[in-house]
Amino acid sequence: MNEIVVKKRLAFDVFDFWVHSPSISKEAKPGQFVIIRLHEKGERIPLTVADTKPEEGLFRMVVKVVGKTTHELSLRKEGDTILDVVGPLGNPSEIRNYGRVLLVGGGVGIATLYPIAKALKNSGNEVVAVLGARTKDYLIMVDEFKEISEVFLVTDDGSAGMKGVVTDAMDRLFREGSFDVCWAIGPTIMMKFCTLKAMEYGVPIWVSLNPIMVDGTGMCGACRVTVSGQMKFACVDGPEFRGEEVDWDELLKRLAQYREQERISYERFLKTAGETK
Amino acid sequence: MSKKTPMREQSPDVRKRNFNEVALGYTLEEAVAEAQRCLQCPTHPCVSGCPVGIDIPGFIRELREGRLEESYRILKSYNNLPAVCGRVCPQEVQCEFRCVVGKMKDSEPVAIGRLERFVADWAAENLEEKVEESAGQRKEKVAIVGSGPAGLTAAADLAKIGYNVDVFEALHKPGGVLVYGIPEFRLPKRIVEREVNYIEKLGVRIFLNTVVGKTIKVKDLLEEYDAIFIGTGAGTPKFMGIPGTNLNGVYSANEFLTRVNLMKAYLFPDYDTPVRVGKRVAVIGAGNTAMDAARSALRLGAEKVYIVYRRTENEMPARREEYHHALEEGIEFLWLTLPVRYLGDANGNVEAMECVRMELKGVDRSGRPKPVPVEGSNFVLEIDMVIEAIGQGPNRVLLSEFPGLELNERGYIKTDRDTGATSVRGVFAGGDIVTGAATVIEAMGAGKRAAQFIHSYLSGEWDPWQK
Ligand SMILES: Cc1cc2nc3c(=O)[nH]c(=O)nc-3n(C[C@H](O)[C@H](O)[C@H](O)COP(=O)(O)OP(=O)(O)OC[C@H]3O[C@@H](n4cnc5c(N)ncnc54)[C@H](O)[C@@H]3O)c2cc1C
Ligand SMILES: Cc1cc2nc3c(=O)[nH]c(=O)nc-3n(C[C@H](O)[C@H](O)[C@H](O)COP(=O)(O)OP(=O)(O)OC[C@H]3O[C@@H](n4cnc5c(N)ncnc54)[C@H](O)[C@@H]3O)c2cc1C
Ligand code: SF4
Ligand code: SF4
Ligand code: FES
Repeated sequence: MNEIVVKKRLAFDVFDFWVHSPSISKEAKPGQFVIIRLHEKGERIPLTVADTKPEEGLFRMVVKVVGKTTHELSLRKEGDTILDVVGPLGNPSEIRNYGRVLLVGGGVGIATLYPIAKALKNSGNEVVAVLGARTKDYLIMVDEFKEISEVFLVTDDGSAGMKGVVTDAMDRLFREGSFDVCWAIGPTIMMKFCTLKAMEYGVPIWVSLNPIMVDGTGMCGACRVTVSGQMKFACVDGPEFRGEEVDWDELLKRLAQYREQERISYERFLKTAGETK
Repeated sequence: MSKKTPMREQSPDVRKRNFNEVALGYTLEEAVAEAQRCLQCPTHPCVSGCPVGIDIPGFIRELREGRLEESYRILKSYNNLPAVCGRVCPQEVQCEFRCVVGKMKDSEPVAIGRLERFVADWAAENLEEKVEESAGQRKEKVAIVGSGPAGLTAAADLAKIGYNVDVFEALHKPGGVLVYGIPEFRLPKRIVEREVNYIEKLGVRIFLNTVVGKTIKVKDLLEEYDAIFIGTGAGTPKFMGIPGTNLNGVYSANEFLTRVNLMKAYLFPDYDTPVRVGKRVAVIGAGNTAMDAARSALRLGAEKVYIVYRRTENEMPARREEYHHALEEGIEFLWLTLPVRYLGDANGNVEAMECVRMELKGVDRSGRPKPVPVEGSNFVLEIDMVIEAIGQGPNRVLLSEFPGLELNERGYIKTDRDTGATSVRGVFAGGDIVTGAATVIEAMGAGKRAAQFIHSYLSGEWDPWQK
């Protein structure tokens, strides 16, 4: 159980894992996530189920190294196991035939978007994807997306595709054609601006929120977010919500609440651990 | 001898900075001396105060005569978790409340809980637990959802009868509130582990990291098992919902206690999970959960911890013993006080709390004195952390994925009181998910009763769903 069967590096700080877990690979739907804990002293962290192969009992997670736990995970090798993996958690995405769908992915959010894109495509939607990253070297899963949708690349420095940010591409695409709905998944600040952009054009938008979580079963309230003025627990009521209804500034502040401890923990870890590999 | 034999404790000044157990337990001499206070009443009213009806005079008699092993057997035949109950049962309102000795003038009841704890701890150290793997003698399979005291008790009893029992637990450790809620200094986690090991030795299989309704669909469970017991608890935290609730530094007691107990944030950075270490902490509410949260915050290093409660000491739901422990440790109680909003700084960190003073006028629907705000009495308290411990609702994950399961108007599972039978054939429930937040021993009692009726049902003797 929970064995890492395949591990690849997708970008400098992004790793791709296929993990053995028959129940998760069988039950997981696009939009859902798992919570993992690496060892007895480890933290519980949520990661999206990026794909599944139920026949082989495998599910996929794509992980960006941002701190202690993700760094430690990046050092795990094929054949290693993860102590705890629980899921699938959260609600699946609202997949149906909307018509023409715009998908916007930023950074590691591209991986979260991937199963949703596939499912939308399979439900008969025409999908168009905007994939953004800092530079060409940080763009992931471009070829996989090309198999299912039209793809627009955006980088901060123009090293691949259009130079700029994903909302610039949204502007262009919204002006050129009409869309029935869109999804934006990536850093919180990106999802906030994508929401503002979609609202400008009156296109409904789904986002996948990534608040700090502990149990992932609705038992602690760590993941609470304000949606339409009401308190929601992202792990059981989400993680996807309509972007127009999210209190973004509150979420941004809540994400920063352990910054100091995270720094202490990571620096302490880096003294003993090697580079990501 | 009119008073209980005192139990040694860590002194307040020392213990308020560590997470080791506060109460240190009796020695054999102390235990025997206390056991001698029991009158061995023929009517033994104490027994009717115990939700699982332990033969109290019986186990005390054996202890008094020095037959500790026999004493332990008696306990264990009624109660699968004696070391836990001896520590956390609200004895003062249960067995000890009925004790004849306590009814005499200037006299305290026999310290039944402390004796139970003593015998269980003695057994853990001195007895090689001889358990026969009894599960598997029958062909029927029973699924238990949730590994709190209700689920563990039902599992053990069914395994003893010979059923194949599988327990499914959402978290990475079994025990429910015993591991994520009640702190180490009141209930050391090794004690829970010991009891869980015993249950596994009976042949019960425990599947961790398994959320029924998500990891395993309810439909599959219904197909694969002959009966199901649901003991998923009342773990959903309630919030007051006042302005500022989502500021950083405002916690539910569940989150705070889960970080501290289950994830061992008090050992950060040795353990990875962080928790805020407040300097001035306000805990809202005055139940057991509030006491646990307040005393944990103190142990993490807070300079000042307040318990803020809208009623008074007389209405406080916490156990007296824990209240006294909290007082001794220097926790300050603000009675008749209600927070009305939390105030934050520019980064979204809580920095103060506005409160209003209350007075008691008349009674509310529950029959308790009703607190009403005193106009114009608002004041601001400077704090950098808040823990709301104002109650819980039913765990939702399973309920939302269980078609046909009838709930009551408060959202808990509707069951037949005596048997635990729900509206779905072959499905039973018990513990906090039926009653709302209650006690460990009541949850165990419910698990025990349900196990009995699951047995009757599976033996074909009884079927309440038959039309
Ligand atoms: C539903 C959901 C799905 C996610 N899917 C992915 C994914 O597919 N791939 C991926 O790379 N990342 C994903 N994340 C984010 C991932 O959980 C965090 O990057 C990870 O927890 C960071 O842990 P760390 O110890 O490495 O870093 P830390 O130094 O602990 O934290 C770095 C930052 O990550 C966030 N974070 C920290 N702890 C948690 C926590 N327990 N829960 C959530 N966020 C936290 C905080 O904003 C923090 O500032 C997801 C988050 C959520 C909520
Ligand atoms: C902080 C605190 C202090 C307390 N102190 C005391 C005390 O001193 N004395 C006392 O008698 N009582 C005390 N209580 C109350 C007591 O702990 C509870 O009444 C008791 O634990 C209820 O037991 P239970 O088995 O019904 O549920 P729980 O102990 O809540 O266990 C339920 C379990 O089910 C799991 N679960 C939920 N949903 C699913 C699912 N879908 N699939 C799989 N697993 C699931 C949960 O993760 C959990 O482990 C306290 C409670 C708290 C919170
Ligand atoms: S289980 Fe609780 S109520 Fe029963 S005898 Fe023991 S301490 Fe008393
Ligand atoms: S009521 Fe008190 S004195 Fe009488 S049997 Fe029970 S514990 Fe002993
Ligand atoms: S993570 Fe605990 S309630 Fe959502």
